[in-house]
Amino acid sequence: MNLAEGVQFVSFIILAVLVIGAALGVVLFDKIVYSAFLLGGVFISIAGIYLLQNADFVAAAQILVYVGAINVLILFAIMLVNKKENYAPIPRRWIRKGSAAAVSIGLFVLLSIMLTRTHWSVDLSVASPALPIETIGEHLFSDYLLPFELASVLLLMALIGAVVLARREEIEGETTAIVGELPAPALELPERPREPVA
Amino acid sequence: MNPGIDLQQRFIETLTDFGLSDGISKLIWMPVPMLLMIFGATVGVLVSVWLERKISAAAQQRIGPEFIGPLGILAPVADGMKLVFKEDVVPANSDPWLFTLGPALVVIPVFLSYLIVPFGENLLVSNVGLGIFLWIAFSSIVPIGLLMSGYSSNNKYALLGGLRAAAQSISYEIPLALAVLAIVMMSNSLSTVEIVEKQAGYGILGWNVWRQPFGFILFWISALAECERIPFDLPEAEEELVAGYQTEYSGMKFALFYLGSYVNLVLSALLVAVLYFGGWELPIPIETLADLLHIPQDNAILQVVDASLGITMTLLKAYFFLFLAILLRWTVPRVRIDQLLDLGWKFLLPVGLANLLITAGLKLTLPFAFGG
Repeated sequence: MNLAEGVQFVSFIILAVLVIGAALGVVLFDKIVYSAFLLGGVFISIAGIYLLQNADFVAAAQILVYVGAINVLILFAIMLVNKKENYAPIPRRWIRKGSAAAVSIGLFVLLSIMLTRTHWSVDLSVASPALPIETIGEHLFSDYLLPFELASVLLLMALIGAVVLARREEIEGETTAIVGELPAPALELPERPREPVA
Repeated sequence: MNPGIDLQQRFIETLTDFGLSDGISKLIWMPVPMLLMIFGATVGVLVSVWLERKISAAAQQRIGPEFIGPLGILAPVADGMKLVFKEDVVPANSDPWLFTLGPALVVIPVFLSYLIVPFGENLLVSNVGLGIFLWIAFSSIVPIGLLMSGYSSNNKYALLGGLRAAAQSISYEIPLALAVLAIVMMSNSLSTVEIVEKQAGYGILGWNVWRQPFGFILFWISALAECERIPFDLPEAEEELVAGYQTEYSGMKFALFYLGSYVNLVLSALLVAVLYFGGWELPIPIETLADLLHIPQDNAILQVVDASLGITMTLLKAYFFLFLAILLRWTVPRVRIDQLLDLGWKFLLPVGLANLLITAGLKLTLPFAFGG
């Protein structure tokens, strides 16, 4: 084993431990903020593993999209929502817990079988392309055009949905109370009540 | 084109001449450019802090730092020393882990981005194929650090500042990326070295700024907003939010934020120089000058002069933009948060998209000028 292989092996061990540890932290921490931050750690470690596989574009895209956008949005949602809710105890909760456990164990068994049955020998005959980004681009616009376009339509739908949800129609011309005349109302913009979407 | 000086190869050859093996020589070389870059970035910060003080003083008809070293040049060092020796206060009921991790997460990606800043053909830490995309990816980690420090401070102003900072850097990342994308489309490459090489050959006339004037303005505005410089320094707006996410920080943790913001500013100025102003290229190409003086291309002295001129040109261009940023900071008022978001989403984003579309069209119609 020469130097480069040794470095790769050690980095792989470190990254694998980081991924698994952070993922366990996401699930096990009580504080949801910790889970969200650790999720970012999971994403970054996975980007490191991509980097070890020579997929540097995928690694950078992983950081940009998952850490820079998705994780930040999750954090935003957690920090802006300040809702406290008392959960009433549900009768027969064990049914839920039992079914969740069954599903999880089933998935675990399925994945383990998959792991043992797959042949993990790597086909080294395929040379890595000289221009990886160009190759990705060509594939996106030829073989994988339909999934690519479908994903863009999905994102467009999400965009329009977010606009519809966030849009508020303010009532024009309604003056706020003058100080001293009436007790000032709570600091809210007058808003037209929204009719529920049919 | 002559390849110029390849320091790495020379260094490794010298070490192998001493009888070391090839692998060990490479191993010894590896930390050299990294440490050099960290050192360079830190010195760049010291210089820019000094410039900020002097230029702000000139803008307000003061003298500025005067007695700490000649022309007050040691003032930033004194600032640094003060911050090192200050007590490190962690506020009550805050979250000590996240509180400590936040500043580090803000600073590390910025320093990592120096990986791709070229000062010459072979004078950069790593000519990775991803190039400029790496910078965009790294700078998207920063908002997480800001949110973390804002949240963990146990202070409502800090939380508001952190949320504002994250919102700002997310909204301005998009026009920034669009401006960079237009450049990348023209250069057919993400690598910063190739982006500069595509601008070479015609001196000042070949620089990207003539082909991408709107892209340049877009990039500059977004870069200022990403650095939270004053027309866009809402996250720390002193009058509204005390100091935003930095409110509860003191000592070295505060110094990390301070360092990070200036390193980021110098980095943005360097990247403006690289992307739009020809990087290490002189206004008159050095090959033409050498031909005029009848010096052969492979002359050793010419190569040394070329390399040092390249570094000087990059720094000169970068520090010109740094000067502009400082002048802007001390002459324009701050925008409001709604104006900031309006500017980002309703003006810069459409302009960026249109710029990208027009660049693509021009690339198809005028391939000789737009790198078809």
